Amino acid sequence: MTLAAAVLRRGLLRRMNGRGRASERRLGALASWLLLSPLLVLFLAVFLFPMLGMLERSLFDPELTARHYEQMVARDLYVRVIWRTIVVSAIVAAVSLILGYPVAYLMARMKGWQAALIGACVLIPLWTSVLVRSYAWTVLLSRFGLVNTWLMELGLIEQPLRLLYTEGAVILAMVHVLLPFMILPLYAALRAIPADLPRSAAILGAGGFATFRHVVLPLSLPGVSAGLVLVFLISLGFFITPALVGGPQSLMVATLIAREISMTFNWGFAAALAATLLLAALAIVFAFNRVLRLDRIGDGH
Amino acid sequence: MARRHRWITPGRLLLLAAGYAVVTFLLLPSLLIMPMSVGEREFLEFPPTGFTLRWYHDYLSDPDWIDPTVFSLQIALLVALLATTLGTMAAVALVRGRVAGRSLIHLLILSPIIAPNIVIAIAMFFFFAELHMIGSLWAFVLGHTVLALPYVVLTVSAALYRYDSDLDLAAFSLGAGRLQTFFRVTLPLTWPGVLSGALLAFIISFDETTIAFFVSGPRDKTLPRRLFENVEETVSPTIAAVATLLIFLTVALTVLALLFRRLGERRTARR
Repeated sequence: MTLAAAVLRRGLLRRMNGRGRASERRLGALASWLLLSPLLVLFLAVFLFPMLGMLERSLFDPELTARHYEQMVARDLYVRVIWRTIVVSAIVAAVSLILGYPVAYLMARMKGWQAALIGACVLIPLWTSVLVRSYAWTVLLSRFGLVNTWLMELGLIEQPLRLLYTEGAVILAMVHVLLPFMILPLYAALRAIPADLPRSAAILGAGGFATFRHVVLPLSLPGVSAGLVLVFLISLGFFITPALVGGPQSLMVATLIAREISMTFNWGFAAALAATLLLAALAIVFAFNRVLRLDRIGDGH
Repeated sequence: MARRHRWITPGRLLLLAAGYAVVTFLLLPSLLIMPMSVGEREFLEFPPTGFTLRWYHDYLSDPDWIDPTVFSLQIALLVALLATTLGTMAAVALVRGRVAGRSLIHLLILSPIIAPNIVIAIAMFFFFAELHMIGSLWAFVLGHTVLALPYVVLTVSAALYRYDSDLDLAAFSLGAGRLQTFFRVTLPLTWPGVLSGALLAFIISFDETTIAFFVSGPRDKTLPRRLFENVEETVSPTIAAVATLLIFLTVALTVLALLFRRLGERRTARR
């Protein structure tokens, strides 16, 4: 089949070149829409419609009311949770940048097996279940977990520390889970820097650090901002990790939503929280669309 | 960036050390769990004492673990089928078709990636609760399919963009219809891309925890949901065993998906 097609392509096609190619190649509008329709129906029914239902639930109870939204700012606890979510997400993004930059830099510079090794080490965690990786942290950080045991054996502490269910644990585990989302855009930006530029800087007498500071770093800034926005965005609505390694004192918006649904059955309020989170995420995406370049993901180039 | 000079400077050493330290940090937690799952003691310890597969046996012989596993496998298989079919159809339309408002449709298809998972999950929870579908197989399948579709469409579109559409044209000129051309020319050449999309869809569904957290019923739950419930309650090595199996499964499937993508790139490379 393949061979026949290749032969055809060489011989037959050369001659008919230019004859109605564009229109032949394109599917008609009707056929295109027919092909798209099952996906669109599914998205309308199971994605957009439920989203609208959620918005409705947050605004009607049963009449139109802003009650659920007012509740968000009326209680100290909720304001604190929202504020904490923003702060923790910002810290996670910043720490990921600091930890991710050297890895992305090495990935972009190395060749051969070393580059492949680092690449695999970054990509494999990305596809390993978030749940499993968060679970691993609960094991490491628990009262009689590895970290406490090692610290006691080293004689650094007498009593096991309370590590799990703290804000620090949430930040640590989230950085661990989200780091690949920082490294990949950084790597793309660093990779795009032409090799000539750092070399020219070196020839002109710039030292390693000066080259980095004045050439490489400024040129990698698009990757830096893309990574920061991406990690911040995912952190805002992150559920699994804060739910497993965080405690009541480190509630984030997502864990608060879950609590309102399964413990207090305050569905309207949960819907309002989720709607706010959704709007915040959309605002960030549109504000930083140029940085994230989401519109270009689907172009296949 | 090519290397500028070969000599080792303090700055470079620091960079190397920092880079490898972070990579170790990325891998370490999962790597520590694995040996802990074969220890003989009743609780997790590192380094483990002795070697036993008892915890794996416990997992395999406990219906409370096996039922959710089978449930998850069923869901993931259906999701892979459904998402690959719908996603491939849509990708063909988007790459080869005439679609008004193409960028808007792109945005819609990508939106499950943009919207926070918790928001999607509770929107679906309200939706399926009203339909009395909490805990039903199809609630999971439909929900996970929505999450997996963006990745399938992206993977298959990429394969189709690489594919030389002159070959389709050759088939048409020989009298083949659209469908015949797709199934006998296009698909045989792009199947690695399609299959890698299907594998991604399978992994996404099999791993998915957030929707599963809300849509699971008291009895009908997926494996991640079952794992989630038990993480806090016990320190039993059985959970470490399940986690280890999950790691191996996802890593194997991911590597397979990447290999297929590579294969696809090679097959459709324009000569």
